[in-house]
Amino acid sequence: MSERKIEVPVLARVEGEGALHVKIRDGQVEDLRLRIFEPPRFFETFLQQRDWWEIPDITSRICGICPVAYQLSSSQAIEAAFGAVLTPEIRALRRLYYCGEWIESHALHIHLLAAPDFFGFPDAMSLAKSHPAEVRRGLHLQGLGNDLVKMFGGRAVNPVGARPGGFYRAPSYSEVRAMLERFRAAQDDAAELIAWTAKFNFPDIQRDAPRVSLRHHSEYPMAQGNILASTGLEIDVADFEHHYREFQVPHSTALHAHLDGKPYWVGPLPRLNNNLDRLPDATAHLLEKTGIRFPSNNPFHSAVARAVEIHIAIEEAIRILAAYLKQPLPKPYVNIVPKEGEGAGCTEAPRGLLWHRYRFNAEGKVVKAVITPPTSQNQAHMENDLRQSVLESLDLDDGALQAHLEAGVRNYDPCISCSTHFLKTTIDRGD
Amino acid sequence: MEKPKISVHKFSSCDGCQVQILSLEEELLQLADRVDIAFFAEATSRMNPGPYDVSFVEGSVSTPHEIERIQHVRDISKVVVSIGACGQSGGLQALRNWGDLTYYLNDFYTEPEHIDALPQSTAFHDHIDVDWEVPGCPPDQGQLKYVINSLLSGAKPNLPSEAVCLQCKRDGNVCVLVSQEQPCMGPITRTGCGALCPHQERDCYGCFGPQGGGNIDALGRRFNGAGLTPTDVVSRLRLIYSWAEPFREASRRWEQGAQGAPLPPQPHKHGGMRS
Ligand code: SF4
Ligand code: SF4
Ligand code: SF4
Repeated sequence: MSERKIEVPVLARVEGEGALHVKIRDGQVEDLRLRIFEPPRFFETFLQQRDWWEIPDITSRICGICPVAYQLSSSQAIEAAFGAVLTPEIRALRRLYYCGEWIESHALHIHLLAAPDFFGFPDAMSLAKSHPAEVRRGLHLQGLGNDLVKMFGGRAVNPVGARPGGFYRAPSYSEVRAMLERFRAAQDDAAELIAWTAKFNFPDIQRDAPRVSLRHHSEYPMAQGNILASTGLEIDVADFEHHYREFQVPHSTALHAHLDGKPYWVGPLPRLNNNLDRLPDATAHLLEKTGIRFPSNNPFHSAVARAVEIHIAIEEAIRILAAYLKQPLPKPYVNIVPKEGEGAGCTEAPRGLLWHRYRFNAEGKVVKAVITPPTSQNQAHMENDLRQSVLESLDLDDGALQAHLEAGVRNYDPCISCSTHFLKTTIDRGD
Repeated sequence: MEKPKISVHKFSSCDGCQVQILSLEEELLQLADRVDIAFFAEATSRMNPGPYDVSFVEGSVSTPHEIERIQHVRDISKVVVSIGACGQSGGLQALRNWGDLTYYLNDFYTEPEHIDALPQSTAFHDHIDVDWEVPGCPPDQGQLKYVINSLLSGAKPNLPSEAVCLQCKRDGNVCVLVSQEQPCMGPITRTGCGALCPHQERDCYGCFGPQGGGNIDALGRRFNGAGLTPTDVVSRLRLIYSWAEPFREASRRWEQGAQGAPLPPQPHKHGGMRS
């Protein structure tokens, strides 16, 4: 009998903290747990009794990396509960705002968290010594995304401009004109980024799980659409809980989730796979040129999917910014009249589906809040993926196996803070 | 000369304060040239166990294990800098301090016995001596850079402590409290953000925490006059910095009713200010 165990005390370059524990016995994975025991922050509970208009300012603090996603999923749920309907102009502004976060979050992930793995560096600062132009290009794109979010909210972390019904303020023409110029100048960078990530030295692995994302009738989905699973199940956002279930597992403060009893996969790669027919032409052309065949089930291709989505966001932002300059300044929000009721909202956070539901009393105070972040949805699938990775890589020594598993976790860009966290790696081979 | 060793540690938080550092773009690379980033789990796989010259700590203390961790960070660091509202006051998650932990655990988890949480979410300075605190949820990047640069050059950082209103007026914003009766917290909130909310044509909600000298009760009365009930005033004070003493104590007073209010409480016009 042989037993093997490997431990990594803190998993680096993920957002938040967590632990991985692996125990291998006689060539089988006896136990594998992605442990998330970041202290719970109890958002759903202290949201109770708060006023409807405070919610986006509160939920943005769940995650400093994707505050816009939290603001928009919660705002949508509020609008659904109160029967408010956005104007097309506000809807376009929201999409623009979201583009900023996608660019900033994806660029941060590609360059600061993931790329060092492919080049054998501990961090982006070291990578910048050998690949200065690429890292600078990445940080520049990250800054561009941040600045687009700032145009709406003053700062990129916990921005202050969004409200249920839209925004407090409409951007001025001069802000928009300056932004448009910078976005046009960044198109080539985004195109080069796709080509660069496509050349990363990807391990050749395949992971099969239902891919779940939003699906819109005409656009690449961000903040609108139905929830589509690659099994063929397409449902209204409001019906999420009929098919998708969250449950607690003892080793984690984050909840796990299943689709009809089985793990599933959310994030940029499933989203791209499900929406290949919704790409802007220029993006589709660049994706074609990579030579990588999509749909892809290789989780390492998530890096390419992120680069592709940066390109989509830049193309979309240019389109929306240009259109904004040709119309009168819009009223930035629709009026909200609170009433007793319930509503669900769902948008595509950079790292996957983010679903919220709120019930309100007649005064518009929260009676119940339910938030399902992408990381808890991915967790069961991530554990399956890693289990397979262990079996495929048993001949690696502990250090190499550990590095491979950590890189495997990073593919999902788990936002452990969303689920609250501590990622430690333990590999126990018992020999 | 050896480069100073710096570290960044996360406690109960949203990671937003660290992201302010990770979003410094070019300046992040320059920082990495000037210092040895010895521990920063979100940014690097190199994990030097210390000791460190300067440690930046983000988040609040909300589990027994976090008490041990912050004490350890203190022991192995020459200088400890708390960054953000969580570390300075317990943060937004200190809202649970106003309720009962058992209720919180049972409300969220089916098996609450697996969850290890202290009854309260608290600031670092409740557990260790903190050398410097940078306010904000998140802190301003300019202030962060200023503090880092001051410490690296051996100078004492000195962050302004006036109210948001002063910056707001200097910037020439239209006052949302005066013109729209929005319950702006600017008069009692510490400056540093650049008056972001009034720039976005909305009220400040106090995310840089209490400003030392602000008259909280007077502003409460002003809100009262604008149609907020004493309960609404309590909830204005209990948001990001609810557990910082000035807001905490004032909110307790307002829980007892309006404070020396010359104006009778008005019925709350729901959505009146924000429809
Ligand atoms: S202070 Fe605010 S931004 Fe910083 S970690 Fe806490 S919640 Fe996040
Ligand atoms: S808008 Fe707010 S911060 Fe600005 S002057 Fe008025 S009260 Fe002060
Ligand atoms: S105006 Fe107030 S709430 Fe807004 S960012 Fe500044 S301190 Fe925070």
